[in-house]
Amino acid sequence: MRPVRLLTLALAMALPLAVSAQQLTISAAASLTDAFKEIGPKFEATKPGTTVRFNFAASGTLLQQISQGAPVDVFASADQETMDRAAAQKFIDTDSRKNFVSNSLVLIEPATDGPAIKSLQDLTGPAVKKIAIGKTATVPVGRYTKQVLDGANLWTTLEPKFVQADSVRQVLDYVSRGEADAGFVYRTDAAIMGNKVKIVMTPSGHTPVTYPIAVVSESKQKALSNDFINYIASDEAQAVLTRYGFGKP
Amino acid sequence: MTLSFLTSVDWYPLILSLKVASIATAIALLFGVGLGWVFARKKFPGRSVLEAVFMLPLVLPPTVIGFAILVAAGRRSPLGNWLREHLDYTIIFSWHGAVVASAVVALPLVLKSASAAFANVDRSLEAAASTLRQSPMSVFLRVTLPMAWPGILAGTMLAFARAMGEFGASLMVAGSIPKQTQTLSMAIYDAVQAGQDDLALLLVIVTSVLSIAILVFSNRFFSLR
Repeated sequence: MRPVRLLTLALAMALPLAVSAQQLTISAAASLTDAFKEIGPKFEATKPGTTVRFNFAASGTLLQQISQGAPVDVFASADQETMDRAAAQKFIDTDSRKNFVSNSLVLIEPATDGPAIKSLQDLTGPAVKKIAIGKTATVPVGRYTKQVLDGANLWTTLEPKFVQADSVRQVLDYVSRGEADAGFVYRTDAAIMGNKVKIVMTPSGHTPVTYPIAVVSESKQKALSNDFINYIASDEAQAVLTRYGFGKP
Repeated sequence: MTLSFLTSVDWYPLILSLKVASIATAIALLFGVGLGWVFARKKFPGRSVLEAVFMLPLVLPPTVIGFAILVAAGRRSPLGNWLREHLDYTIIFSWHGAVVASAVVALPLVLKSASAAFANVDRSLEAAASTLRQSPMSVFLRVTLPMAWPGILAGTMLAFARAMGEFGASLMVAGSIPKQTQTLSMAIYDAVQAGQDDLALLLVIVTSVLSIAILVFSNRFFSLR
């Protein structure tokens, strides 16, 4: 009788969890980390009994996890290309897809003892030894960077100086520690480390940085996922995103 | 896996891994034997604490080692700053950084086996050699070291295996720069992240086969002597 009793007890203890807890898992681009962490509890407050958990990484890495069957409900990417790939492989519900913020690419250097870069051309100088960029295969900011540097005919020249980072936040970390002399991140990331990094310029020549969000096809909580996406578009959530420096989509 | 796929694979990470692991093992062997002898033979206050400190890399997550090296040798550290100012040199984002990281994590394996091996050497044989007018250095090289060698060698092999597999600390210190600091383990990580499962699988097979071959070969080679 003992094992049966134990099992009953375990089930009885698990029951309330199964009934009340609705857990929503959101995979979001690394650049959304701070804003989403603030939005999460606000969304939970509108839906009592719901807990939101976030998984932040480079958009390409997140897509890779989803393609391997990671239990994710909502996917927010930092570029259209990654979401297009997700759509092409039917990993997301295309009709739920929506652009919710925009951002801009900036060139940064360490705030103290930086190489005093003025232009993209200055990156070729001897004062710049290492340039941190996102990995072009998985990190959207790396692809935006490549578009800019390809446009300026500098990509091949600068390639030996590149340190490829796993996410935009790693680029930010490399530059803020002064280990890399320059790096390409989003304006919102640079703002977070405002005392350690300095924005040198806002280069043009890349596709507009807009963030799409969509419900993952495998999600078992489509309704709640759609609620979250609608909430992200609400004035309340948009106010938080604006405060972190994101633009309107 | 077609032939064109195989020829398109970049083997640089494999060569770099072998280079990094070999140098790191040599450094770990040098320091491991020296420190192992000290810990086995010398009595001084704080010895066990110091020994535990050297064993830490075995226990701590590689991220801690990586962070420690960044703090100790990064640009904002006194050492890193001095090297940058005077020699225009930094181990960060260079394959030397991967060597340092691998040597630090491999050191405890040599150290522990060396100190155990030295502790087991029959002291009366050393004393006998001394009576035959051998200098302390000569005693060490001709008696102590040969007798402790099998134990040291076992530790060295473990150290090499550990250095080949080093990932976390090396990634933090040296970064994953293709053709410069991207070791085999980093190339596998990048391939998985980018969804290139074919490439990842191939590299995994190569690294496994190679590691087994090296361990088997060196086991044979050294035990025959």
